[in-house]
Amino acid sequence: MKTFYGVELDSALMLGTALYPSPAIMAQAFDASKASVATVSLRRENSGGQAFREWLQTLNVRLLPNTAGCYSVKEAVTTAHMARELFDTTWIKLEVIGQSDTLQPDPFGLVDAARILCEEGFDVFPYTTEDLVLAERLVEVGCRVLMPWGAPIGSGLGLNNPYGLRSLRHYFPDIPLVVDAGIGLPSHAAQAMELGYDAILLNTAVAKAGDPVAMARAFALAVEAGQTAYQASPMEPRDMASPSTPVIGKAWL
Amino acid sequence: MSDISIIGAGVAGLCVANELLSRGASIRLYDHQPLPGPHACSWWAGGMLAPFCERESAEEEVVRFGSEAIDWWDQHTGVVQRNGSLVLSTTRDRNELVRFAKRTSDYELLDAQQVSALEPDLSGHIRQALHFSGEAHLDPRTALLKLAENLNAAGIVIEQGEPSSNSKIIDCRGLAATDTLSGLRGVKGEMLVLRCPELTITRPVRFIHPRMPLYIVPRGEGVYMLGATMLETSEGNRLTVRSVLELLSAAYALHPAFAEAEIIETGVDVRPAFADNLPRIRQHNGRIYVNGLYRHGYLLSPALARMTADLVLNNHIPEAFYEDFL
Repeated sequence: MKTFYGVELDSALMLGTALYPSPAIMAQAFDASKASVATVSLRRENSGGQAFREWLQTLNVRLLPNTAGCYSVKEAVTTAHMARELFDTTWIKLEVIGQSDTLQPDPFGLVDAARILCEEGFDVFPYTTEDLVLAERLVEVGCRVLMPWGAPIGSGLGLNNPYGLRSLRHYFPDIPLVVDAGIGLPSHAAQAMELGYDAILLNTAVAKAGDPVAMARAFALAVEAGQTAYQASPMEPRDMASPSTPVIGKAWL
Repeated sequence: MSDISIIGAGVAGLCVANELLSRGASIRLYDHQPLPGPHACSWWAGGMLAPFCERESAEEEVVRFGSEAIDWWDQHTGVVQRNGSLVLSTTRDRNELVRFAKRTSDYELLDAQQVSALEPDLSGHIRQALHFSGEAHLDPRTALLKLAENLNAAGIVIEQGEPSSNSKIIDCRGLAATDTLSGLRGVKGEMLVLRCPELTITRPVRFIHPRMPLYIVPRGEGVYMLGATMLETSEGNRLTVRSVLELLSAAYALHPAFAEAEIIETGVDVRPAFADNLPRIRQHNGRIYVNGLYRHGYLLSPALARMTADLVLNNHIPEAFYEDFL
């Protein structure tokens, strides 16, 4: 398994910490998901959320603070600074949002903010589109992980552009790739892992399920299934039927 | 000398006091203020008595024990409005309504015509709604003052100072109890009160939006309470532009008439909650703590008051939410 800025993760699942019915259910969901990383938003609980932060520390996973809700380079950079102080980590999931309806990344702001943060010694996990050229720019400025979206945040639409995600995998065989956002079902997560992705990041699909804990378990299974399938080198699809049992010599009556 | 002292005259303390009084117990009530008011987070509440809707994000116990709230409030205050509640979404977010319906029960799906029959001012742009006819609402401030009046009529005033250590103490101090109560955290909420006389909505409306679930509770005479944010922080004195923007844009999306409304009040406070967002009746250090009501102060206080009274007067162990740290 590839390392994320030198860190080997126990599982390929990263789970968000928003939208759960309660912190207790969140903790159970983390347990069931076997997630190795928890993303946490800084924007809305910066100075007072001590109790919640302490809760996060008890999850026994690595914390990946994010800059969710930032629309400008300056906001994102400031939020990253705050995150480094609050959580004592150089990891930052960089979001620079360009469009409020689709919450899609602002590619230009993203590269600018990534450059600044990489120069400052952050380990940047950029939330990006599956655009190859943008991915190259992000790697150029120092990103050693890429997090392309599957579909818009919270939409649950799955992998909108499997072709683009597959090309990204081929072009960046050595960079850890994480599908971040848009995952609605375990099968979406399995599909991304079958493409050779290194991890999946999701939140709403678990937090907003009727039974978040059961859904977390389902995702754990799916991620493991997809990863194992990729490692097992799947067969290539073909057009013609090819019976698995030979027909020659069959008795004809 | 009274044998039972209740500390904290927010919704929990007042409900416990009223329940004990109605059973003939001898009680005293303490708070640092002489009357219910803005120092209690229940002052800022919506006042929805909506057990079925709450099931969307709450545990089953909230429905079960919340179901006794409507009759309790009616009996003790007489200010309950039994108009049911409505749950709506924009046409674009129809799936949110489907999700809400999947998680809840005891509703009827209404079409546009049925919505406008119930709430004529919402006719036109609302195509579908869920109607929870068994739900109700009240004006929290009137209700709290009524509970204080009931006590007054029996000669009980809200006293300042410390209760006698000889008495049985029921601690209902909300978030202030974090000094001795473990596991409690704050969840900040922000709300607005608008005056919009040109609009008539007669029952609580929940407007589900994937990013910002909003509710509007009519206070009568064109006044509406808009709530409420849920933020994981105990810093409760700061109303942010973002929250106000979100609340107001959701209100405006629900009905454009809100654009001309007058903002007559803004409020912010912090709800006390435990990790599972369920309340507790906890015996610890010789006290009974009634706390952690989260966003269910009006919905669950009656059941907690009943169980607490049974515990104190009859030594009957509460059937739920009970913890013995003796």
